[in-house]
Amino acid sequence: MTQATSNNKFDSGLGLDVVFPSPRQIMRQRMIHHKGFIVGGVMVLLIFLMAIFAPAIAPHDPFHQDLSIRMIPPVWNENGTWNYPLGTDNLGRDYLSRLVYGCRISLLIGFSCMMIAAVIGAILGLTAGYFGGTVDMVVSFIITVRLALPAVLVAIAVVALIGGSMKIVILVLGCLIWDRFAVILRATTKQIRAIDYVQAAQAAGCSVLRVIVLEIMPNLFNSIVIVATLEIGRAILLEAALSFLGMGVQPPTPSWGLMISEGKDLMLFNPYLVTIPGVALFILVLGMNLFGDGLRDVTSPEGRS
Amino acid sequence: MLIYTLKRLGLAVLVTVSVSFVSFMLIRVSGDPAIALAGEGASQEEIEFVRVQYGFDRPLIVQYIEWAGRALHGDLGESPYLNQPVAGMLKERMGVTMTLGVSALTFAMVLSIPLGVLAAIRPNTWIDRIALAISVMGQAMPSFWFGLIMIIFFGVHLRWLPISGSDTWKHFLMPTVALGYYATPAIMRLVRSGMLEVLASDHIRTARAKGLRWPKILFKHALRNAIIPVVAVAAVQLGFMLGGSIVIESVFALNGLGNLAWVSIARSDLPVVQAIVLMLAIIYVFLTFVSDLINAFLDPRIRNV
Repeated sequence: MTQATSNNKFDSGLGLDVVFPSPRQIMRQRMIHHKGFIVGGVMVLLIFLMAIFAPAIAPHDPFHQDLSIRMIPPVWNENGTWNYPLGTDNLGRDYLSRLVYGCRISLLIGFSCMMIAAVIGAILGLTAGYFGGTVDMVVSFIITVRLALPAVLVAIAVVALIGGSMKIVILVLGCLIWDRFAVILRATTKQIRAIDYVQAAQAAGCSVLRVIVLEIMPNLFNSIVIVATLEIGRAILLEAALSFLGMGVQPPTPSWGLMISEGKDLMLFNPYLVTIPGVALFILVLGMNLFGDGLRDVTSPEGRS
Repeated sequence: MLIYTLKRLGLAVLVTVSVSFVSFMLIRVSGDPAIALAGEGASQEEIEFVRVQYGFDRPLIVQYIEWAGRALHGDLGESPYLNQPVAGMLKERMGVTMTLGVSALTFAMVLSIPLGVLAAIRPNTWIDRIALAISVMGQAMPSFWFGLIMIIFFGVHLRWLPISGSDTWKHFLMPTVALGYYATPAIMRLVRSGMLEVLASDHIRTARAKGLRWPKILFKHALRNAIIPVVAVAAVQLGFMLGGSIVIESVFALNGLGNLAWVSIARSDLPVVQAIVLMLAIIYVFLTFVSDLINAFLDPRIRNV
C-alpha cells in the first residue's frame, strides 16, 4: 500500500480495511442530510428555471394591456378562469405572466447588487484584515459611517434625485449594502492571515498580491458565497421596498414590489393583487436565506450548535 | 472606564462629522440642487437666482462648514416647499417615529428573548423548531407587505384595528408588529446561542451541583450573561428600525419622520431630506455609543480593548 492511497484508510488490525470518507464525501453527506439546505436549494433552483424559461412558462405577454379583461380574479375564485390562472390586474395584464417575468427582475437586481457589494466589501475587508493597524482602523471607521446612514432612506433619496431606473437602483443598492461583506471578510482574513502557510508564503518572499490572491482568497470562498446568498435576499427586499414606494424600478416593468404597490389601492376588494407577488417575494428570499444558512451549517458545523 | 468612554466619544464625534458630510454631499452629488429647487420648467435666470440665493455658487467646503455650523445651533435651514424651519418640522414628527421605533423594539424583545431562552433550554425540540421557523420566516418577509396583509385581515375583514393615522395606541399596534418582527430573528438567534454557550459553562454546572433551583440558575446566572450582546444588537436594531420606518409609516399613513422624508423626497424638498438623514444617523451613532458604554459596564473585559 502506498502512502498516497492509505491516506483515508485505517488498518484495524483485524485484516479489514476501514475506509474513512474523504472531506468531500463528508460534505456531501452533510448537504444531503441538511433539510434547510436542500429545501432552500430546490426553491432557488425552481425560481432560477422560472426566470430562464419565462417566455415558455408565461401564458401571455406580461406587458399586453386589455381593458376588457381587467381585474379577473384568480382561478380559485368563483369568477376565475384557467385562461388567466392568477387573474389579471387593473390594466388587464395577465398576473401569472407578470409574476413569472418579475422573478427575472428580482434575480437580476439581487445578483447585480450583490456583485457590486461583494467587490467593494471584499476590497475593504481584505485590506483591513490583511494589513491591520491603521488600515484596519480606517476601514472599520468607513464601515461604522456606512452603518450609521439609514440605507433605505438614502437609497430612496438618491434614486428619486437621479431618476428611477433599473441601472440606478442596482448601482445605489450595490453601493449601500457592502457592509456585511466587509465585516465578515475582515474577520475571516484576520484569522487566515495568522495561519502557518500564509506566514510561510510571506517568509518565502511572495508579493502581497500573490499572498492575498493565491493563499487567502481561496479560503474566503465559503464565507463569500454564504454572505452573497444572504445579500441577494437583502437586495431583493430592498428593491421591492423602493419600488413599492415608487422610487425604484418604474412601470410597466413587472417588478414584484411595484406589483404590490399597484395593487395596494385595490386590495380591499381584490387582495390577490397584493398577496400573490408578496408570497413570491417571500418564497424567493426564504429560499435564498435557507440555502445560505444551510451552506454555513454544512461548511462549518460549529455555526449553529 | 473613563479612558474607554473618552475613546468611544471621540469615535462617535468623528463618525457624526463624517455622516453629516455624507448627508450634505448626498444632495450635491446627485445632481444640481439649484435645478431641483427651482422646480420643473424653471428658466435659466430663475435657476441662477436660486443658486445665488441658497449659496450654491460658493465652494463646497464653505457651504458645508456653514451648514454644519448652523446645524450645531439647531438651525437646519428652511424648507423651500413649505417655507417653514426644518427643525420645527422634525420636532413635530419625531414623537411618532420614536414611539413606533421604541414600541417595535419592545415587541421584538418581548417576542425574541423568551423564545430564544426556551429554544436554548430545549434545543432540537418543537419549541426550538418554532423559534427557528419564526426567525427564518421573519427575515424573508417584506415588512411593507406584512403590513398590508395585516391591514387586509385585521383592518378590513375583522375591523378590529384602524388602518391609518396615529391618533391612539390602537393605531400603533399593526405598524409596531410590522416593523418589530424584522428585528426579532437577529435578537432571538443571539439569545439562543448566548444561552447555549452559558448553559454549557462551568459556573452553571457548579450552580446546579450545589443544588440551586433551576429558575434561579436560569435567570440569575445564565440569562444575565447571555443578555450582554443583546444590548448592543438591540441598540443597532433600533437604529435600523428608525431608518426603515419610512416604509412602514407610508403603509400605515403614520405622521412621522419617515412619512415626512418620503413626502419631501417626492416634492424634492431637499433640506428636509438632508436633515432627516442627518437626524437618523446621529440617533444611530448615539445609540451605538450608549450601547458600547452599557456593554463595557456589564463586561469589564471590553474596556481594555
